[in-house]
Parts: sequence; C-alpha cells; structure tokens
Amino acid sequence: MSIFTPKQSRPSPKTQVGILSWTTKYLFSSKIDIALSLFAFYLLYLILPPLLDWMIFSADFSAKTNAECTREAACWFYIGEKMNLFMYGMYPLEEYWRPNLLLAITLSFAFIVRLLRFQPYKNKAALALFIIYPVVAFFLLYGNDFLGIKIVETDQWGGLMLTIVVALVGIVASFPIGIFLALGRQSRMEIIRFLSIAYIEIIRGIPLITILFMASVMLPLFFTEGINFDKLLRALIGITLFQSAYIAEVIRGGLQAVPKGQYEAADVAGLSFIQKTVFIILPQALKISIPNIVGSFIALFKDTTLVLIIGIFDMLAIAELATSDINWMGRKTEGIVFVAIVLWSLLYLMSRYSKALEGRFNTQY
Amino acid sequence: MKTNDIITIKGVNKWYGDFHALNDINLTVKEGEIIVICGPSGSGKSTLIRCVNFLEKFQEGSIVVDGIKLTDNVKKIRQIRSEVSMVFQCFNLFPHLSVINNLTLAPIWVHNTTKQEANKKALSLLDRVGIKDQAYKYPNQLSGGQQQRVAIARALCTSPKIMLFDEPTSALDPEMISEVLDVMVDLSKEGITMLCVTHEMGFAKKVADRIIFMDEGQIIEQNEPNTFFNNPESDRLRLFLDQILTQ
Ligand SMILES: Nc1ncnc2c1ncn2[C@@H]1O[C@H](COP(=O)(O)OP(=O)(O)OP(=O)(O)O)[C@@H](O)[C@H]1O
Ligand SMILES: [Mg+2]
Repeated sequence: MSIFTPKQSRPSPKTQVGILSWTTKYLFSSKIDIALSLFAFYLLYLILPPLLDWMIFSADFSAKTNAECTREAACWFYIGEKMNLFMYGMYPLEEYWRPNLLLAITLSFAFIVRLLRFQPYKNKAALALFIIYPVVAFFLLYGNDFLGIKIVETDQWGGLMLTIVVALVGIVASFPIGIFLALGRQSRMEIIRFLSIAYIEIIRGIPLITILFMASVMLPLFFTEGINFDKLLRALIGITLFQSAYIAEVIRGGLQAVPKGQYEAADVAGLSFIQKTVFIILPQALKISIPNIVGSFIALFKDTTLVLIIGIFDMLAIAELATSDINWMGRKTEGIVFVAIVLWSLLYLMSRYSKALEGRFNTQY
Repeated sequence: MKTNDIITIKGVNKWYGDFHALNDINLTVKEGEIIVICGPSGSGKSTLIRCVNFLEKFQEGSIVVDGIKLTDNVKKIRQIRSEVSMVFQCFNLFPHLSVINNLTLAPIWVHNTTKQEANKKALSLLDRVGIKDQAYKYPNQLSGGQQQRVAIARALCTSPKIMLFDEPTSALDPEMISEVLDVMVDLSKEGITMLCVTHEMGFAKKVADRIIFMDEGQIIEQNEPNTFFNNPESDRLRLFLDQILTQ
C-alpha cells in the first residue's frame, strides 16, 4: 500500500500574454473570425483616417476668425469662442458661479455618501440630503428675492447646464412615481391596478415628441389664465410623465424576479404590506433592476435633446443657434461633433458608474 | 398538563381549481403538543400547515388558533401570524439583510421591541443554535445547515406559541441534517407547540407526541409514535412505512 504524501501547492500556470497570442485568440481564431475582422478593419480604414484628419491633423486650432480658418477641416476656435453658450446658454455671465457651485455640490455628493457609509444615521442623512438638495438647487439656479439671489428666468437657461437639469429632474422625479406605478400594477385592488396599467400602456404608446408637444400646449389649458406657466416646467412634467412609465415597467420586472418565498417569509413574520414592500421586496427588486434602470436613464438622457422642438435651448439646440452668428457661418458640423463628444463622454461615465454600482451590491451578499 | 386546545381545525376543505387538496380535515392540537405530519408527496401536508397561518386560503370549514378564528380580516391574520412562526424547506432568509438583521426585523417592527433588546435576544438565540459567530455575515455566505438554523432562530425571535416546520431538512445535504434536527429536538423540550412536516422518522420517534399520516388530502391515521410504527392500522400506512423505512 502506498503512503499518501501531501503535494506542495504550485503557482497557477502562466497564461500566454502578448499582442500576438491576443490577436490570434480574439481576431483570427476561425475562418469566419478572419473574414469579420478583415471587414471591420476595412470599415475602420474607410472611416477613421478622414475623420481624424478633419478633427485633428488638418484642423485649425489657432485661427481667431472664420475667414482665417481652413474650410477643409474643423475650426476649433469657434467652439472655444462659443463655449459659454454651449455650457450655460443665455445665463448671465456674472451669475455663472451659481451653476458652477451647484455642480461642485453635486459632485461632492458621491464623496459624502461614501463617507457616511458606515455611520449609524446614514439612512436619515441620505434622506435629508435627498430632500434638501432639490431646494438648494432650485434657489441657486433660479434665484430667490428673499435670499437676495438674483432671479434668472428659465428662458435664459441653456446648453449643457439645461441638458443636465432636464435629465436629472426627469430621473429623480420619475423614480418614485415609477415605483408606485409598478406596485400599483401588481396590486390586488382592481381600480388601482387598472389605472396603473392604463397609464403605463398609454404613455408607452405615445412618442416623447408628442408628449412634449401636448405638455407644452395642453398643460396651460388646465390652469386659470393669467398664471404664467413656465415653459421649462411644462417640459419637465412631460418628461417625468414619460419616463415614469418606462421606469415602472423596469421595476415591475425586478418585482417579479423576487422569489415567492420572500413574500411568504415576510408575511409569516407578520410584517404589514408597507413594511414588507419597503424592507423586503423593493430592496431586492431594485437591485435586480439596476442595469435596466440605468439603461432607461441613459435613453432618457439622449431623449432630452428633443426638448429643442418646443423651444428650449438644450446643448443640441445651442449647436444650431450658434450657427446663426454671421461671423461664424458654416460651422455647424463643429458644433454637432462637439455636442456628440460631450454627451457621449457623460453617458459613458454613467454606464461605468452603473457597472461599479452593480459590483458593489454584488459583493455585499 | 396539556389541556388547552391551541389549534382547532374543523371540517376544512380546500380545492386548487378542481383539485381537492384537503378533504374534510379535522384536527385538534393541544398546547405544547409536538405533532409530526408525514405522507407521500402531494398528499397535502404543506397545504394543511400553510392553512394554519393563512398562507393558503381554504373554501370550507374553520380553523381557530389560540382563540382567534381565521377570517379574511387582515388584522386577525397579522395577529395570528405574530404568534405562529414558520420554517420553510428552502429557508427563505432575506438575502439583502445580515443574519442579525434577519432576526431582529420582526421583533423591532411587528412586536415593538427596542433595538438593543432585539439584538440581545437574537444573539442569544444564535448562540443557542450554535452560530453566534456568523451573526454579521449575509445568508449566502453560510452553508445550508447554518442557513436553516438561522431560519429557526429567526422564527423563535418573536417568542411564538406555535412553530410550523415544512420539511426543514429535505433541502439539506445528509451531513447537515443532524445539526438541524438537534436544534429541533432541543426546541421540543421548550413547551412550544410544534407542527412538523418531515420524513425524518428517527426524529418523529424521539420527540413526537402524535404522528399524523396523510394521503390524498385526508388524515388517514394518527397515533402516538409507538403504536404508529409498530401497529399501523391501515394498509396504506403499512405500505408507506415499508417504503420509507427500507430506504
Ligand atoms: N398552488 C397550487 N396550485 C395548484 N395545485 C397545487 C398548488 N399547490 C399545491 N398543489 C397541489 O396540491 C397537492 C398537495 O400539495 P402539497 O404541497 O400540500 O403536498 P405535500 O404533501 O406537501 O407534498 P410534498 O411532500 O411533495 O411537499 C399536490 O397534488 C399539488 O400538486
Ligand atoms: Mg410539501
């Protein structure tokens, strides 16, 4: 009989690294792969050189006027000159510090939340922030006579600032409404369920453009004449109505994915319907829906560019507006490319953040 | 002294669609009694004990638990549920809450216990089921046997008068079954009324006051363990015992 001798554990075998092994593995591992890779390279060859040439190699970064600038390629000084317009619209120059400060506050949120993570009062603090933030944001951007902050009417707002405001308000306001609609759709009370289903299905059947038109034309009809119903507010209501129907469907998917046993365990423990929903079901349902929620928000962010059709100057509308400057005729492409780059970067950041968020929730349990 | 009737089931009938799942069930359980329910798969064991805390509705008959008659009234149902705890086959722990929070949720929110008290009680119960050191982990970080012991501790946290077990060991690997059964044996000495659906006949012999055999939605036979195993009256039970004991 042989005697068992324990073996030393060994380091794992080195995986092959290097460009050569990577390309053979991912690009040329079969005939179809080779064909697809070559085709992709050909497309890149068609697109990339002229694009890079237009954007960078032949582009003019220094010329200060339209006449001095090259006609064959991009004239980036134009963007620099119109930068304020792209970022703030017609917001008064001397008040730029207000949106800037708000941006700083918003960005520091991420850090504050991380700092509070292990504090026992973190939920209350988060809730307080959640309530105070919109008030602060409103006073900063719009202004308040009593606080001595000069009022800037919303028709002066514009550019990236407005794009972000519209998207953020749409996201934050539609989220709770979406949760209620999703719960309503599952309710045992027939009327509530019927109303939720009707709302969701009707809204999802109408394009956002139509909803925006309706909000901007029809909403004022419901209110007594004389009240000046802010145009931006109308757009925000329209977008929130639209987005909450989509969020509701996403969250409903999450609710359905929570196992029946969780509902039963909560019932058996004697929890009330609200306690069961808040403590047991929603946390799990929302976690399951994170990727889809973010996906839906990214779609909304892109859709906000549609507000330009009801006369609100988001970033894309600014790209159009800026071309009407007679000093800079024929520079529309630069504006549109710039807007595309900025929006794409923001959306990319958003989807990276969602990935990180998923990871964090996953390691937790 | 076991005198008070704590559960009275009278003429209960239940259908799933056209399927007659419980057929005229009559059963009285005395306070502190330990009852094991067994029977072939699909015989209605789960359905019966789930009727006791109204997880399932029934169409005919009446069930009275600790003097409270089961109706559609939400208040009454919650009242009963705060006295009756249940342990499921697949644990049903809350995966997003740590073990300790799984235990303290109901005491804090349903029974108005203070957080400190609830924590103290939770830790002592976890100690009793032998996993105090896992209190701050999440359920998915535990083995099946440990999870089921957490589930039992969670069920005990609200000091229930009645405990329902629905096949608490049948989702477990063999080496983990005994650690859960040990906890249940320990529990049986407490005076809590227990209704256990299980096929662990060793456990039944050891602790049951009465064993109930069900088939096709009916109670075929019930007896104290000795008679149940050694002198079964019906052929159906004899066959069942043959099958289960020769496994
Ligand atoms: N929700 C349901 N809808 C329809 N039929 C059901 C439902 N739940 C259970 N049944 C049926 O009722 C019968 C009794 O089910 P029950 O779960 O009580 O059986 P059981 O004795 O617990 O069986 P097992 O040992 O497999 O758990 C089964 O035939 C089952 O198919
Ligand atoms: Mg069962």
